[in-house]
Amino acid sequence: MLSAVPAWVFGALALVSGALVFRLDSMAKVTFALLASFLFVAGEVLLLGLGYLGVVLVLMMVMEMVIMVVFMIMYMMNPAGLMPMAMFHNTRGSAAIAGGIFIALTVGIFLVDWPARAGRPPADSTLALGESLMGGQMLTMMTLGLALFATIVASVVLATHRGRYDRFGDDLRADHPDDPIPGGVGR
Amino acid sequence: MSLELFLVIGAGLLAIGLFGALTQQSVVMLMMGLELMLNGVIVAAAAFWYYVAPGTADGQVLIVVVITAMAVEMAMGFAVVTAIFRARDVDMTDMAADLKE
Repeated sequence: MLSAVPAWVFGALALVSGALVFRLDSMAKVTFALLASFLFVAGEVLLLGLGYLGVVLVLMMVMEMVIMVVFMIMYMMNPAGLMPMAMFHNTRGSAAIAGGIFIALTVGIFLVDWPARAGRPPADSTLALGESLMGGQMLTMMTLGLALFATIVASVVLATHRGRYDRFGDDLRADHPDDPIPGGVGR
Repeated sequence: MSLELFLVIGAGLLAIGLFGALTQQSVVMLMMGLELMLNGVIVAAAAFWYYVAPGTADGQVLIVVVITAMAVEMAMGFAVVTAIFRARDVDMTDMAADLKE
């Protein structure tokens, strides 16, 4: 069976760093607190014997948070935390809702009669996942692929400031692009 | 050492994320709250796989789905923030409340 101590330690650290996300002032620190929370959760996943998914989580979250730091500093009013300011609204109501949900979930966790363990972990959980994704769960995998492709298209469309339809008209037939500052050499 | 421990950790992460998503005024911080909520789901799904149904890979597939949802949420969130910031200089949720009326 699993050793309990690392699971407790990783879980507690994940919760603490998760709470720090909303306590720290500096946006860079906030992002790295979130990264720490993800890494401790990846540690839990590794402890549970899911080597591949744990490593995927680590790699993906490190890259994602490094990108997020850039966006945080771009869009936040107080990126370095030098001017402490309250960025909260409706704190009391939200705390009541979140606390109520946590209590309800915890009560449910300990009241529900969880089913007995069915089966044994495979010798190679990565192989089992791969065979499942390329076999019985192929539809899930295809849906995920399609969703990711739609995300690529949609995020580019949303983030584009002036695309070719703005510059060359709806039918793309304009002779000269309609730019705020015309370029070229005047011919 | 049991399923309940992992589920409580997952519930805690979900509650912290929910608190953040409800309280934060900045759109980017709101997305961090959503990510923390999905983080809790990952812990719970991994625990369910190990303690309830390790014989099949369905729990692992659920984690793959959640990881994908995180990536999609992050990409679309930043694209929306970029679009709304460029169009109207809005970076706080309270400033983008027109649809409420």
